[in-house]
Amino acid sequence: MKGTALRDAGIAAAVAACLFVPIVGLRTEPGQTGALALQPRFGLVALLVAAVFFGRLVIIGWHSRRRPAAGTKPRFVLPEVGRYAAPALLGFALLLPFFPFTGRYELDIGILVLTYVMLGWGLNIVVGLAGLLDLGYVAFYAVGAYTYALLAQTFGLSFWACLPLAGLTAGCWGVLLGFPVLRLRGDYLAIVTLGFGEIIRIVLLNWTSLTNGPNGIGGIPRPSFFGLPFSSGNEPGSFSHFFGVEPSSVQRVVFLYYLILALALLTNWVSIRLRRQPLGRAWEALREDEIAARALGINVRNTKLTAFALGATFGGLAGAFFATRAAFISPESFTFNESAIILAIVVLGGLGSQLGIAISALVMIGGFELFRDFGEWRMLIFGGAMVLIMVLKPRGLVGDRTPTIALGARKTIDAGLISQGQG
Amino acid sequence: MAYALQQLVNGVSLGMIYGLIAVGYTMVYGIVGMINFAHGDVFMVGAFVSLIGLLLLAGGVDGPAAILLVLVFAMGITAMYGLAVERIAYKPLRGSFRLAPLISAIGMSIVLQNYVQLAQGSRVKPIPAVVPGGLDIFTDANGFVVSISAIQALIVVTTLAVLAGFTVLVTRTPLGRAMRAVEQDRKMAGLLGVDTNRTISLAFLIGAALAAVAGCLYLLRYGVIDFFIGFVAGIKAFTAAVLGGIGSLPGAVLGGLLIGLIETFWSAYFSIQYKDVAAFAILILVLIFLPTGLLGRQEVEKV
Repeated sequence: MKGTALRDAGIAAAVAACLFVPIVGLRTEPGQTGALALQPRFGLVALLVAAVFFGRLVIIGWHSRRRPAAGTKPRFVLPEVGRYAAPALLGFALLLPFFPFTGRYELDIGILVLTYVMLGWGLNIVVGLAGLLDLGYVAFYAVGAYTYALLAQTFGLSFWACLPLAGLTAGCWGVLLGFPVLRLRGDYLAIVTLGFGEIIRIVLLNWTSLTNGPNGIGGIPRPSFFGLPFSSGNEPGSFSHFFGVEPSSVQRVVFLYYLILALALLTNWVSIRLRRQPLGRAWEALREDEIAARALGINVRNTKLTAFALGATFGGLAGAFFATRAAFISPESFTFNESAIILAIVVLGGLGSQLGIAISALVMIGGFELFRDFGEWRMLIFGGAMVLIMVLKPRGLVGDRTPTIALGARKTIDAGLISQGQG
Repeated sequence: MAYALQQLVNGVSLGMIYGLIAVGYTMVYGIVGMINFAHGDVFMVGAFVSLIGLLLLAGGVDGPAAILLVLVFAMGITAMYGLAVERIAYKPLRGSFRLAPLISAIGMSIVLQNYVQLAQGSRVKPIPAVVPGGLDIFTDANGFVVSISAIQALIVVTTLAVLAGFTVLVTRTPLGRAMRAVEQDRKMAGLLGVDTNRTISLAFLIGAALAAVAGCLYLLRYGVIDFFIGFVAGIKAFTAAVLGGIGSLPGAVLGGLLIGLIETFWSAYFSIQYKDVAAFAILILVLIFLPTGLLGRQEVEKV
């Protein structure tokens, strides 16, 4: 046993040495003449190889110790915990601005996390409920952001007038994307949506007369508190003057925080309510088995289109919020990486689980912020975390599912038994 | 006319590179049924290994021998990367539900990109031309010269040679037979004594080796690489695989050629900024009218 473990770790270390020697061990840097030259760094390689060797030993040891207990598989208890976790998280989110430790920085992270929670819940309608794999969700986020920025700058419309318009525009784009892809299934759908997202980004990048190209749009108007602007001057008609409080820049941040919280909760509320209605049940039927759903008389076209439209609408609303918060947008913010991160949040959280998505957005985006000091390393850690979570829990953090409608007692369906995701 | 002919030459040599990467996508998709999202980044790793190999040989060996050595070196190391990626990120997820390997692959793609960026720096890596020279085919009445550069010829010849070897491997060897069997029915192949795990791993290994050839040729052709080239090239190659009919090996090469030609002609005659839009738009059009791609098999809907 010990011998095979050592041999196994030795093989892993040898492979690691082959992998690391060229890429890590020989760094290409411009030499004195300007041409590239190789800088050997074999000490680092030795360190990495040793780490792989001992890491492999630890993994083998962990596996061999865990094996005897395989009969009594510990069940993941989040659905039971969820009854308390969801209200607790909501309460925490509602009260966050009033905690003594909460400063500007914590609020900014809160806004960021909530933006991704909202995007995750929006995408969940398309991927988690209707089972349509969408790799270009960021396109709708971009459409919403640019709609708000352009309407506000060109026509001087207020944030509250633009918000529904941004949602509507993005929804229309969702239908526009939905129509041609109705017949496509599975991975073909994924690549077309990916292409669609890239097309939107390239057009935004190159249509300079409208979008200002790679320089982006700056000076986007900030939102007002239902018509009362936030300003530092305390002049009549401003938020601080109206309520008779000291003007402070935190007021706007707190307002933005509650705005995104309200938008996210709206997304959540709409998807939870729709799930109980014929439309939501049709989505879930479509996800489980498209042919059976069609045979039972569900209008597949309309059902798919509403899923795309609704998911896109929420993406557009989040985009308008992003534009008003950042006051500057450029195509840089809407790359494929964003789509991948949003999809990762949905899948890591557990498809269709509202709570799981909120938790995974908190873990991934909040964790990403925690690693800010690691600079270049944090994207590597982020990718590694994605792989690790998938390998350990392929169904996501909350993979169990309770039927939306049931005869008699509702039984939770274990993650391992859910056979969806075929379509 | 001469201008169009020149674009044809450029398009074919670009399309060959896409085709080589697309074969890796389509092979893995055919056998395991997953989109190997990290494949574009494996191509990028291949380009970097080639760069390092070239610098290692600089001064010692040159000429065709050097290129051959670099090619072999890149194929070997990159194949190991392909195998390692499969072992770490995909093997534990075999038999899991469909989206899990996809997310794992996206994570692996992020890991590979940032790993190379950390190890090799984020600046672009330029090299002087390794294969200079070319051949003028003819000059038309306006004095426009149609030429094939030596590197373009090298790309075409190398790609054809590698693909010929690959075809022999798939159609004539026991390994190829095992791969086709696993593709058709993994469980049945396993029952008949095919080591399915090993076959799947070898498919990843071969795909990565082909991507390394593409990476090496890309480096020699354009002379500049950075850690981000894998993303765009990967998406284009995947588009090519879908266009040709995913799962079909000749389809992948055909799709790669088509994408290369579309891109080249579009940038030559319309606008260079929108060349990616053209490739994706044509992909969407093809999928609407030919949902299984050009050479793909008609999917049978099972109830």
